[in-house]
Formats: sequence, C-alpha cells, structure tokens
Amino acid sequence: MGGANSENTDVIPGTLDLLILKTLSLEPLHGFGIARRIEQISRDVFKVNPGSLLTALQRLERAGWLDAEWRETPNARRARFYSLTRAGRRQLEVETADWKRRAGAVARLLNAEG
Amino acid sequence: MSLLRQIARGVHALVHGRQMDQDVADEVRQYRDETTAAHQRRGMTYEQAVRAATLEMGNVTTIAEQVRTSGWEHVVETALMDVRYALRRLRRSPAFTATAVATLALGIGASTAVFSAVSPILLEPLPFPHASRIVTLQDRNQQGAPMPATLGTYEELRARARSFEALACADQWKPSLMGIGTPERLVGQRVTASYFGVFGAAPMVGRAFTPADDQPGAANVVILSEGLVQRRFGGDRSLVGRAIDLDGDPYLVIGIMPRRFANVMLSAAALWTPMRERSSGDFNTRAWGHHYDLVGRLAPTATVGAASRELLDIGRTPAVAFPRPPWADLTQGLLVRPLQDTITGNVKPALLAIIGAVLLLLAIASVNVTNLLLACGAQRRPEFAMRVALGAGGGRLVRQLLIESIVLAAVGGALALAVAQLGVRALVASSPPGLPRADAIHLDARVFLFALMLTALVGLVVGVVPALGALRADVTGGLQGGARRATAARGSARHVLVVAEVALALVLLVSAGLLFRSVQRLTAVAPGFDASHVVSMQVVAAGHAFDSDTARLAFFQLALEAVRRVPGVVDAAFTSQLPLSGDVDGYGYEWQSIPRPTPGQDGSALRYAVTPGYFTTMHIPLRRGRLLGATDRPGAPEAVLINESLARRLFGNRDPIGERVRFGPEMGGARAWDYVAGVVGDVKQYSLGVNAPDAFYVASGQWWWVDNVQSLVVRASGDPAALVPAIERAVWSVNANEPIQRIATMDSFIAASAGQRRFALLTIEAFALAALLLAAVGLYGVIAGSVTERIREIGIRTALGATPREIVRGVVGRGIALTLVGAVLGLAGAFAASRLLESMLFGVSRVDPLTYGGVVALLAAVAALASWAPARRAAGVDPTIALRAE
Repeated sequence: MGGANSENTDVIPGTLDLLILKTLSLEPLHGFGIARRIEQISRDVFKVNPGSLLTALQRLERAGWLDAEWRETPNARRARFYSLTRAGRRQLEVETADWKRRAGAVARLLNAEG
Repeated sequence: MSLLRQIARGVHALVHGRQMDQDVADEVRQYRDETTAAHQRRGMTYEQAVRAATLEMGNVTTIAEQVRTSGWEHVVETALMDVRYALRRLRRSPAFTATAVATLALGIGASTAVFSAVSPILLEPLPFPHASRIVTLQDRNQQGAPMPATLGTYEELRARARSFEALACADQWKPSLMGIGTPERLVGQRVTASYFGVFGAAPMVGRAFTPADDQPGAANVVILSEGLVQRRFGGDRSLVGRAIDLDGDPYLVIGIMPRRFANVMLSAAALWTPMRERSSGDFNTRAWGHHYDLVGRLAPTATVGAASRELLDIGRTPAVAFPRPPWADLTQGLLVRPLQDTITGNVKPALLAIIGAVLLLLAIASVNVTNLLLACGAQRRPEFAMRVALGAGGGRLVRQLLIESIVLAAVGGALALAVAQLGVRALVASSPPGLPRADAIHLDARVFLFALMLTALVGLVVGVVPALGALRADVTGGLQGGARRATAARGSARHVLVVAEVALALVLLVSAGLLFRSVQRLTAVAPGFDASHVVSMQVVAAGHAFDSDTARLAFFQLALEAVRRVPGVVDAAFTSQLPLSGDVDGYGYEWQSIPRPTPGQDGSALRYAVTPGYFTTMHIPLRRGRLLGATDRPGAPEAVLINESLARRLFGNRDPIGERVRFGPEMGGARAWDYVAGVVGDVKQYSLGVNAPDAFYVASGQWWWVDNVQSLVVRASGDPAALVPAIERAVWSVNANEPIQRIATMDSFIAASAGQRRFALLTIEAFALAALLLAAVGLYGVIAGSVTERIREIGIRTALGATPREIVRGVVGRGIALTLVGAVLGLAGAFAASRLLESMLFGVSRVDPLTYGGVVALLAAVAALASWAPARRAAGVDPTIALRAE
C-alpha cells in the first residue's frame, strides 16, 4: 500500500497532523486536495498515505480542530471539505512552535557535530 | 469540550452506523476518483489512470475499513457483534447452554444465598456505633468454664475496673401483661440505667432510664419496644406517660425503643425495667446467683486483652468494701469477649461448615463449566482454524471467547439471583431456633454485587482456558480435522478437571454422610421419656391474687383437675421445668451420710417441682422405691426422688431409699432433712447430645415456694395438638386472666434439640446432591467427548474383532478409573474437612469407615452410570463409517 514512486518518502511520523493543520490554514480542502497540496509544497518529498490521511482527518475533526462538510468541487464532484476551526488554529500555533523548537534543536546538534 | 465531541461523534457513529459507513466509503471513493482524474490530466488513458490510482492507493475497501475502525466506537461495535454471535452460538447448542447455565446458577446462587445468610451473622459488625468496643463479661467456675455473673460482681467491677467507658447488667424479666385483651406473659429484661448507653442506643420516643430510676424502691417505670407497642397497643405513641398493668402493678411507660435497636443480648425482649436491686453481705440472696448478663463498652484506648488482664488483677486482689461468696470469688478472672463472638459462638461451626460446602460447590461448578467449554472448544477447533486463516488475530479470538464466557456467566448470574432469592428464603425458614440475627438475613445490594463479581470472575476463569487452547491450536492441523497431538493434551487437561471434580464432590458427600449419621444417631437417643402424644404449655399465675403460695398451689391444682376432665386427655401434670425446652434450674445438695465435699465442689442438681402425675404422664420409669403421691403434701415429711445415674454414682449398689438429704437454695443450719423416696430413670434436659444431668424431683407443694410459672404436660389418646384449645379453655375456666405460652408438642422439642445439626445436614445434603449431579455431568461430558475423539480407534478395534462387550467395558472402565483417582484424592480432602465438622458430629467418628466406603461406592456407581451411555454409543460404532470419517 506504500507509494509507487521510490523517491517519495512517507511523512515524518508525528508530523502529519501539523502538515494537515498548516495546509488547511490557507483554505478549506478535501482529502485528496490536502494530499496533493502537501506533496506539491514539499516538492514531492512527502508522499501521503490515503488511509493515514483520512484516519487523521477523522481524528482531528473529532478533536474539534477541523470542521467538515460535504460540498461540490469545482469539477462538480461531491467531496468532504475540511476547514480549520478556531481551536484548530490555536493547535496549529502550538504544534508549529513545538516543531520549530525541536527542529532547531536537531539542527544545532547536527551543526555541532559537523 | 473535545472529549464531549469525541463521545458525541462516537455515539452518533454507533447509532447512525450505516450513514457513517456510507460517508467514509464516499470519501475514499472520491479520493480515488480525484487520483484517477489527476493521472488522466497527466495524459494517461482512463484504464491506465485507474490502474495507477489503484496501485498507488491500494484496496479502497481496506482504507475505508481503516478509517472506520479508528474510532473508539469500533471496539464497542465489535464487542456487541461478539455478544450477538455468542448468544447465537449458545442458542444453537441448547444442551451445552442449559448445562452450563444451570451449573453456574446453582453454584453462584448457592454461594450468594449463603453469603447473604452468613454475612449479618458472622461478618457484618453489629448495628451499634463502635460495635467492636462492646464486650460481654462472664464469670468462670473453678474449671474455668464461663457462666453468667452475679450482681455483686457487677457492682464491684463497676466501681473498680478502669477499662470500660460503661458497664451494664441485665437479667431476664417475664412480666405478664394484664388488663387489656388476652393476658400475655412477655419476655423482657431488668437492666441497669447504663444498659442502652452501652449500645449507643436511645428511645425513639420518651426518655431512657436514669440512675434515679435504678434506685431500690424507685417507682415502677418501663420502656417498651416499638414492636410490642405496635402489636398490643396499635402503635399508639401517646402511651408514653401512661401506665400499663404488669403482674397486677401499674408501670409508667417512659419510652419506646425503636425497632432498629437490635437487642442481641436477648432478641426476644419486648420491654425493659430498671434493675433497682443491690447486693448485700447476705450471700443467700438472688443478687448473688449466677444469672446476670454483663455487657460493657471498652474505653477508646482499652483492648479486650488489657481488660481481661485488669479483671484478673481485680479478681486476685479482693477489696474489703466488696465481700465475695466462694462461688463468685473471681480468682479465675472473667471471660471478656467481643459481643459478636459471644452471640455467634454457638452457631459458628454450622455456618462455617456451610460456607465450606458452598465454596466446594462453587469450585465444582466452575470446573464443570470449564470442562464443558473445553469439550466445546475441541469441537470448534476447525471453526477457530478457519477464522485464524481468514485473518482473525489471536487477541480478537481470545476476546470473542472471553465474551462468550462472560455472556454465559451473565445469563447464569441472572438465574443465580433467582436461585439465591429462593435459597435465602429456604435458609431462613429452616434455620435452627436461636440463630442470632436471623431477622437481619435478606438479599441485599452488596450481596448482589458479590454475586456479580463472582459471575464475572467465573466467566473470566472459565473463558481463559479454551481461549488459550484456541491460540495454541495448529491452524493447518485444525483445518484438516486431525490434530491428535492437541487432542491428547486437551484430553488430559479435562481428565485432571474431572478428577478434581470427583474429589471435591467426595468431600461434600462424606461431610453430608457424617452429618446424616450424626442426626440419625442423635434422633435414636432415648430422651428418657415418651414424647409421643404429649403436648406442653406454660401456665402463669400472674397478679397479686396469687401473691401467696397457697393461692398459687390452689390455682394450679384446680387447673390440673379441669384439664384432666377434657375428653381425650389421658393424663396431665405440672412441672417447674420441662426437659429439652431450654429451662435450666438447679440447686445444691448435701447428704447426711456422705461427708461434705470441699468448698467449690459442692454437688448441685436440677430441680423439678412436679405434681404427682408427672411420671405417669411423661412415662418416666420408676427404678426403686415409690413415685410421689397425694400424701406428699405441704407439712408432711419432705420426700424427693433422684435419677438413677446420680443414685448409682453416689451409692453404688447400696439402696438409696431413705437416705437423708438437704436440697435447695440454703444449706446447713437447723433445716430438716428430706428423705429419698424413690429412684427414677434418667431424663435429658439440655439436649439429646448432652448426658442426662443429675435431677431431684420434689412435690410442688413441698418445695420452698410454689412456682408461679409451671409447665403443663398433657398426654392425649390421639393428636395432642388438637386438644390445645380445649386445654386452654379448661385452664381459663379456673381464671381467665392467666397467660398461657410456649405451646408445643414434646416431639417438636426433640426435633429442635437436633435443630442445628439438622440445619447443617439439610444444607450440606442439598449441596452434596448438587455436587454429585455436577460430577456425573462432568464425567459424562468427558467420557462422551473422549468417545467422539477416539471414534477411529474404536472403529479399528471393532474391525480387528473387539466385541461390543469389550468396548463397553473399556469405556466404562475408563470412567471408573478416573472416578477412583478422584476418590482417593477426595478421601484425603474429606479427612481434612471432617476436622471442621468434628464439633457437630455425634456418636460417629470423623473417620467412620462406613460413611467413607459408602460414598466411594456411590460415586463409583454414578460414574458407571455416567459412562454407560457413551459406552453404548462406542459399542455401536460401525468400523467402515468410523474409518471413513477421518
């Protein structure tokens, strides 16, 4: 069930939620749109597993960070669109700060060794 | 907030399951369509795009499943599915279900019933504040055996002992309620003012006794129980402040004790009056008799041990201010016991035996169900193998089996509650008289929880075994239906269980057998009189009309004559105390021809003040001399009869007739000697299991006083109980104001005498029967199962020329062999268990070979019976079919 392209890697464990929240902070999207957006912006470094993504969407929606509604897509398909709630926006800030802190720490460690 | 949302969405998903599934499926499909479209936009044909999308995403259904099962509601959903599946399965094998449920219902129901019955008696603290600090105090005789204390001892301890916050003293009081409706003799207590305070209890209406009420010569006051007020005064609380007539005297009602006050010292007590009595230097008085119950509340810092030591100290250092007679010299100290121990001490052996029986039965029930589930598991191995092959995880399989067990246990548990309800009722109905706190027995909520806990526990225990077996099952082997390796292991596990079951059943059967033989022996004991066709009742001469001895003597004489005229009455007499009724009334004696024994070892004997017809009415045989007669009147030389074992012990072969003796409350001095006029047979007084005590019989009119309460015994030509109304009318024809009570046939007294053993026997017998049944079912299950598993082997044997007879012998032999192994283990267990029963056995050794042998034979017979049906099936096996079946 993994990606077909061997150059793609799965999303770094634990960051999928952050990526979804960030993606949705720009505009509401449906599942496929989110996956596509993540792949595009990461320049195809990250490959999103549909199962994980849809499960994560359901989880985030239940956590109250996303709202979901069925709407028409521009190409006239019915799709489930997700948008960030106010709580989701706060959560995005928290997770972003957290990620930056950790990424910075990792970068410093790598620099120190190099 | 997000938790609420979690729950709300989960519940929504559960309720609108189909809609949710549809949403998830739609979303996944839309995802796939978008992926396909994206590929198409890159220039693929539709077919290529679909293939690429499928390759990229994998199975759409799997993804939908993954999303769907991520929420918590999924766990609930599958559990519900498992429950439904379990119920379906149980419905499909009704024989298995019925056996398992019945087994559980019996095991759990019986334990719940017994727990309900035992808990208020043995386990629950008494319903008093700081109940553990309430203790009873008893004097000890020279041998150290406990006996009631004297009022003098109470007075000394109250003044000197420091271990107690409060100390109280109570004595029986049986006043007759007169002046309203039917006269009635009530049971009550004379108590010191501190009595209710010791229990932390107070009247619901009115006031408690004060020290001023408890002064000698203080006015007559009384506190009534709520029950008595309800029964005799229509619950009228304004009774407080008014006077009622007791024994012809007015008593001012000052309070009503609530029903919830559990007066465990004398649960029958319906009213209380202050003691108003003091001891004096004169030891020949009531105050120095051993008939007072002492109860105290320990100081917060004191312990039972410390209090005992303090009392022993006080006992060994007499104070001048508190003179003591030789029979209450306190040199042995006093017996201090928690109140709970005192009141439950007598019934403890029977109750513990019953608890033991219940635990055994529960163990057997669990073993049996485990066995059933194991056998069932063996048959279902292909099913499990199939499910594992289809992708069921081990955990999933275990969970399903556990749920099946829990469903089984829950159904069994629900039925068990019904069984328990009936059981409690049966236990209370058949409880021996004098079972303490029997009124507190009921099926309460905590017991219900206990049953539930038990149910769940049994469910888990019996569920785990086959689940583990299923996990270990070899998938391919299971599918092929061979897997004989696993069969052998499981088979031996079940053999172990059946052996355990037989062993446990044997323990119960032996216990029941020993008790049965005890009761048999006990009821075969001759009480010393002929109980058939005899009814007795207590007649009371109450009120001031009977203040004089002559008035009382005349009343009883007239009443007796009236009773004798009743048609159907063969003979009738009065006695001051009645055998096996609980009456105990004894006095000391001294003989002119025998040197006085050392102090402290004075002889004493029971006193029966009787009318001359007593011996002919009760059929007590005359051994020597003459019976009492009309000539033994007041004023005539005082004649006594003694019982034969006393005569033999004191005089050997010498004729005791004419020996001079003093018998009564006072010794020595210038009192005239009585003479022995005759010797009569021994009569059991305390119980059938206790040797006949020494006895003196004197004519009612020649005793120191005429008793105002006497037992009338009447021998009838037919059913004695039918004569009771006529007898009562005859007594009341003499004086309509006199209470009549304790009406019972002598047969019922004899039955009650074996009551406690009979109670234990009945219960344990029921358990033993259930155990036998369960063991037989278990054995049948195992043998039948092994025949099914060995059908091929049996087929080969038949093909090789084994006769049906040989096959049957083989199968039955296997059953009996298993039983005998269990029996040997059980014998060891029964031997150990019989130690607990020892105090309840009578006339039979706890290693009685007849009982043990009989039980083993019975078990072997049942085993043969249980293996018979499977053996017949084995003998009928057609070798060609059996061999093809593989």
